[in-house]
Amino acid sequence: MGQRTRRPDQDRGVTYLTAGNGLLVIILGLPVLAGVAGTILPAFGYLPALGGFRPTTAHLVELAGQPHILRSVLVALAAGLITTLAALAIVGTFIAGFAGTPIFARVHHLVSPLLAVPHAAAAFALAFLIAPSGLLLRLVSPELTGFTRPPDWLLPNDPLALSMIAGLVTKEVPFLFLVTLASLPQLPLGRARQLMAALGYGRLSGFLISLWPMLYRQIRLPVFAVLVYSVSVVDVAMILGPQLPATLPVRIAHWAADHDLRMRFLASAGALLQLIVVFAAIGIWLVLERLGKFALTLLTLAGTRLREDMLPRAISGLAMAGCAAIIFSGLGALFIWSVAGLWPFPRALPGAITAKIWLRTSPQISEPVLTTVALALSASALALVIAISLLHRNGRGGNGASYKLLYLPLIVPEISFVFGLQILAISIGFTPAFPSVLAVHLLFVLPYVLLSLSAPWRELDPRFEQMAAGLGQSPLRVLFLIRLPLLFRACLTAFAVGFSVSVSLYLPTLLIGAGRLTTVTTEAVALSAGGDRRVIGVYALVQAALPFLAFLVASLGPQLLFRNRRAMRM
Amino acid sequence: MQAVDDPMPLTLADVVIRLAERTLLSVSATVMPGEVLTVMGPSGSGKSTLLAFAGGFLDPAFRVSGRILIGDRDLTDVAANERHAGILFQDPLLFPHLSVGGNILFAIPQAVKGQKMRRQIAEQALEQIGLAGFFDRDPETLSGGQKARVALQRTLVSAPRYLLLDEPFSKLDAALRQQTRALVFSKAKAAGVPIILVTHDGADAEAAGGRVIEVGSEAEA
Repeated sequence: MGQRTRRPDQDRGVTYLTAGNGLLVIILGLPVLAGVAGTILPAFGYLPALGGFRPTTAHLVELAGQPHILRSVLVALAAGLITTLAALAIVGTFIAGFAGTPIFARVHHLVSPLLAVPHAAAAFALAFLIAPSGLLLRLVSPELTGFTRPPDWLLPNDPLALSMIAGLVTKEVPFLFLVTLASLPQLPLGRARQLMAALGYGRLSGFLISLWPMLYRQIRLPVFAVLVYSVSVVDVAMILGPQLPATLPVRIAHWAADHDLRMRFLASAGALLQLIVVFAAIGIWLVLERLGKFALTLLTLAGTRLREDMLPRAISGLAMAGCAAIIFSGLGALFIWSVAGLWPFPRALPGAITAKIWLRTSPQISEPVLTTVALALSASALALVIAISLLHRNGRGGNGASYKLLYLPLIVPEISFVFGLQILAISIGFTPAFPSVLAVHLLFVLPYVLLSLSAPWRELDPRFEQMAAGLGQSPLRVLFLIRLPLLFRACLTAFAVGFSVSVSLYLPTLLIGAGRLTTVTTEAVALSAGGDRRVIGVYALVQAALPFLAFLVASLGPQLLFRNRRAMRM
Repeated sequence: MQAVDDPMPLTLADVVIRLAERTLLSVSATVMPGEVLTVMGPSGSGKSTLLAFAGGFLDPAFRVSGRILIGDRDLTDVAANERHAGILFQDPLLFPHLSVGGNILFAIPQAVKGQKMRRQIAEQALEQIGLAGFFDRDPETLSGGQKARVALQRTLVSAPRYLLLDEPFSKLDAALRQQTRALVFSKAKAAGVPIILVTHDGADAEAAGGRVIEVGSEAEA
């Protein structure tokens, strides 16, 4: 009897694993790399489709000569860094101060739905609150302010990008919070807390010293995703960010969508610069990490107890609840605007309510809605099928490397590779159409669907499948008759996550669709520059409502399908 | 209860289970049809790993040498779903999305054709354990003892070549445990297939009434 270390079906498992990862590399890695290449080459003048054959630095020089380009760069960079730092500080402090308390559960319920709100809708929500003629000022005018006319404030598009940072923070806080929640169960929370309390540490300092380093290591990739996203964001920056000059990503988007195709060279140079800005942001963040680690070491060695930490804890709690309050009341403000008749400043509520705007907008919004839904349905369905087959092949074994690869489309700034993909599409002579937009949506949807599904996939009791295999059922039958029904809810949730990601995609739709495929999102963002506020209200609400509908279906589906199965309705 | 073939003895030939460099367990035994081999040991002694090896779903972290045979047929390289190993775990693990009857139907070999025939077998199996008329019930509405009985019948209708019992009584309360134990052993022996039971409960071993192999009695470095 020979010594055996592996049985054949495990060897097969290993082959599946590599095959599965290979597939993932092709699906996610190739387009990203091709896109980046498609960005860099034209930046140096190489773009045969537009007559660029000879390498030149002329376009980079042209970029450098753009008015206020440095300011555009610095504002984008600073806003991204501040957003990430603020969101991380709020989430970290809140988790340190409240994990395991009743408040924690309540805030969790409050914040979770925010993840489904598209960035653009959230940005509009904030804009409608803080604008000079927005809801907040109306509520306190003229009693407190004395204003009888909207003041001449540069809001929400303030030059320091404060409203843009606020808008980004309200959306990144829920994301980081839910990501952190997912890694929290792997920490010895209770024991560490008791130990540190017994040593006389305050909640915050105790958490910071005993658990934070472990926790941060687990959420580091999502944190980088937040950083890259915030530095490169386009739609939120168009709605809330500074203008004249706008941030670099916004300017690139304008160049890239310009009807003059020669502007693509300038856009390429800009996208290359954006890549460098993102590298710089990551570099600065790495330095910040070092500094933070150093400060934590000093704190630890000094034995600082910091027992009086009520204030920062309260602030973090308020900030968490504030994110929810801003978005929900802002959506409320959007709704009021969309049904408002005459609504002169400073009245807090419109004098008359009318469905006129909705009725007038519905014919022109119906086609973008259909396109949005069709894109979102097919992208998330496709992503779900790919995710299921990858997870099925990978099994329960380690998937560390492929797991990190998932973040690739989230770590490379979308403007730098989606723009390159647009260039490639032009070069090949591809007409922008549904399939190409769908393909680029899939690129962004798949990572989220996989991330959403992989945890419940791993957590399913393996004995169900072992039992079924013992009963003589083939792996495929076990998958379809046992695993997928048991994971029905998780699959629907992953589907809804994918759906909402697709709905919220602005730049990829704009660049790859090249104006021929308009979604609610591209229309809403296009309206932000000088559009009728009432119409914007309709578009932003519809955009926010679509993901909510998807999540509603995801939560009601199992209730209906398994109404006679108690254990399936939890 | 229809068997796949005539019942054949189950042989564990020089089975050694290692985790990293540590030898957890080593067994060599042949179990005759209707006989129970009890493997006793504390948790972490590798006895559940032995069952995973026998069932064909071993965690790759474990290294196992040796072979498992049914009659003359070597099963070591055979996939789990081709082995026809009936398993009972600590939990009944009834599939929560299927009805009680659906759980049994799922287990009846595909070779048994005809909806009517299959349904009849399932109804009969439920009747035998005093659950006639439970076919359409949600498994979640059954009591612990009823679930355990359904799980047993589900395993038996699949016409297993051998049975693997992984502490199947440890989560039942004392009165129910005795009752269920008696039922499982009588029905399992009646099925006339070799049975391997792993447990840490001496009373299980006694009730099984067969050979007992003790493993991992003292911690090894």
